[in-house]
Amino acid sequence: MRYSIGPEVLRDLNLHLPPGSFHFLTGPSGAGKTSLLKLLYLAHRPSRGLITMFDHDISTTKRQQLPALRRRIGVVFQEFRLLDHLSALDNVALPLRIAGAREDQIREHVAELLSWVGLADHINARPATLSGGEKQRVAIARAVIGRPSLLLADEPTGNVDPEMGMRLMHLFLELNKIGTTVVIATHDQTLIDSIDKPVLRLHDGEISLARAGTA
Amino acid sequence: MLVRRYDLQLDRDPSGRFLPWVVGVMVFLGALALAGAMALNQSVLAWNRSVEGTLTVQVGDNLAPDAADRVTKAVAVLRSVAGIREARALSRTEVERLLEPWLGKGNIAADLPLPDLIDVRLAPGVRLDIKALTARLGEAVPGARIDDNRQWLARLITLARAMQGLAAGIVGLVVIATVTMVIFATRAGLAVHHEVIEVVHLIGARDAYIARQFQAHTLNLALGGGIPGFLAAMGVLITLGNLIEALQAPLLPRLALDPVGLAALIAVPVAAALLATWTARFTVLRRLRQMV
Repeated sequence: MRYSIGPEVLRDLNLHLPPGSFHFLTGPSGAGKTSLLKLLYLAHRPSRGLITMFDHDISTTKRQQLPALRRRIGVVFQEFRLLDHLSALDNVALPLRIAGAREDQIREHVAELLSWVGLADHINARPATLSGGEKQRVAIARAVIGRPSLLLADEPTGNVDPEMGMRLMHLFLELNKIGTTVVIATHDQTLIDSIDKPVLRLHDGEISLARAGTA
Repeated sequence: MLVRRYDLQLDRDPSGRFLPWVVGVMVFLGALALAGAMALNQSVLAWNRSVEGTLTVQVGDNLAPDAADRVTKAVAVLRSVAGIREARALSRTEVERLLEPWLGKGNIAADLPLPDLIDVRLAPGVRLDIKALTARLGEAVPGARIDDNRQWLARLITLARAMQGLAAGIVGLVVIATVTMVIFATRAGLAVHHEVIEVVHLIGARDAYIARQFQAHTLNLALGGGIPGFLAAMGVLITLGNLIEALQAPLLPRLALDPVGLAALIAVPVAAALLATWTARFTVLRRLRQMV
């Protein structure tokens, strides 16, 4: 893929993520990790090539069908991208509200998940009053609240202490156990080393399997 | 409400703050223009009714030696014309009364020459050839003139129609200005909230979900301006109407509001609000279509 008329950021990638798999995505800065994730969370369409997702060819899928696909994807953005004017609860509830879930169910689920990530006391806090690590947990909660089929996380543990980092990784592993395909882009070698999962390595716009792990 | 809550914080957004003012002024102008056009229309209908099927014939002045004879002859000629239902000479008293508004009551000297007038009523639906009638009348009574009331009324009606055209033009400009302002405000809102819109979009919101928030916000703004604008216009119309009533001038348009007129005026802020809402929707959907 390329941005506008710029050089191709990613090329000749050949990659298959089996449903229910768990992969780390690593590589030096600027290698295209975020670009690859953007393709996967449907923020971009490839300039050429084929992406098939949930049995849809993304280049030919009608625009009106994309929201339904996006609702099956949970994304933890690198910069969190929380809505500053909404409380932690409302931020996490957003995917459910957009999907049209019932309000009484929303509150219960969201409060439960927020306490699971250690934010029970911050349910009504605005992102501006939260620390970096707390924001990150809100962002993760928002990504997983809809039990996505595919979870994409861009440096999801960058702002939390190692203990909370492991706790969040276990949340991802739990989701993976119940069938969610997980891709985690990270630089954190300790994190990668601590979990025996396949590692994809992006370098100069090309991808390779750096470690097989036990998918 | 269109939406139960805003994900986009549009109500805290300065880009739309001028919109109620614009819509208010536009509704005010639009309502006044519409009221003016409706009042003129009523007047034109009333004027038409009042002169429909009438002519006035003038046969020289009443101090001429053969005055009575000329009048009798003219009346006889007129009565013989097919299509004329009635021809009646006006008495001096009646003619004096017609002049009273200009000369005042009792100020008309007995030796002041006044025209002898014949009031002619036509059978319903008849249109006479005024030229032929004038020629025929001239043979019998040299110097007799026919005032076709239509002639001066036609000019008045042309003027009234031109003013109605102007009113329609004003309403058209008001629509264009409102649409333009809403497009600008909505685009500004889209730019300000670009980040949030992108997140909501990536989380799986459909375009209509995002558009609804802009629609609800714009509807609030438009009603917030449109209702005061409408009330101000009503205040002006009622005041003007009272002033015109006080003049008791029959030719001036009357601004009295019948139920239909009132309904039409109430429709102005409603139409403005709907127009603004749909413009916002259209603008948002168009812009969102540029996203993947």
